[in-house]
Amino acid sequence: MSGAVGLEHYLAVAAILFAVGIFGIFLNRKNVIIILMSIELMLLAVNINLVAFSAHLGDLVGQVFAMFVLTVAAAEAAVGLAILVVYFRNRGTIEVEDINLMKG
Amino acid sequence: MIVQTLAFYLFAVVAVASGIMVVGARNPVHSVLFLILAFFNSAGLFILLGAELLAMILIIVYVGAVAVLFLFVVMMLDVNFVALREGFARYLPVGALVGAVLLLELLLVLGAWVVAPGALERAGVPIAPAGEVTNAAALGAVLYTKYIYLFQAAGLVLLVAMIGAIVLTLRERTGVRRQSAARQLARRSEDTLDIRDVTTGSGV
Repeated sequence: MSGAVGLEHYLAVAAILFAVGIFGIFLNRKNVIIILMSIELMLLAVNINLVAFSAHLGDLVGQVFAMFVLTVAAAEAAVGLAILVVYFRNRGTIEVEDINLMKG
Repeated sequence: MIVQTLAFYLFAVVAVASGIMVVGARNPVHSVLFLILAFFNSAGLFILLGAELLAMILIIVYVGAVAVLFLFVVMMLDVNFVALREGFARYLPVGALVGAVLLLELLLVLGAWVVAPGALERAGVPIAPAGEVTNAAALGAVLYTKYIYLFQAAGLVLLVAMIGAIVLTLRERTGVRRQSAARQLARRSEDTLDIRDVTTGSGV
């Protein structure tokens, strides 16, 4: 089922994408939009992992779970962007470093 | 087989490269477009793995909805993105370090990892051999029966997210004059019109 390319190759791609996502969160500490996009990238890496294992083990459950991850990612993007829009409306900027007003 | 391998490397390389461009692009609009490219190439990887339905869902849901939502927000917000890139160089070393360490750990796991004996025989829902059942039919058969609660939960998550997004962004603006169609339609001529018979020279 996994075809000519072994499972490890897919897992390596997923690992690299996940690391790139983490890297992006650290790199764009101020820009929430890029942070949200990095999270999407990480969830995509997780999905690649799930589907690769599903194909390798011949088990469809991995794909069902990947679909659930997809749903959660879509919901997360919608709510995250809504929060972002409200924050921008109130503050006029999207710098996340300013979001410590509720501290203490 | 050689075509498959070539296609895998094409999709994988482009996906990873566009992932890096998402993170590193100067313009957030370009970031979103590279995100779309990454999604498309991941859909290609899914097709290579035999998960056609998920590949199509990835394109329809991610590219068609999520990425367009991102694009919409990026273009709608009037943000000075140059100011947001301050400290880019400052965060680069620590970010690269954390990313590299994580990648190293993941690849180490990959190197030492083996499939548990007997794992292949214990599939919860075995995939039928190619050509018997389509991927969509197989997923549908199991999604609406065995995993119906998971399916309902996914629907609930989306419902809550939708309500949350609407509640967050809906605002009552005060001090704005608005047209009220109901009030306009409820007006009758008796309420507003008064016909007087005015005699000449006396006034109303």
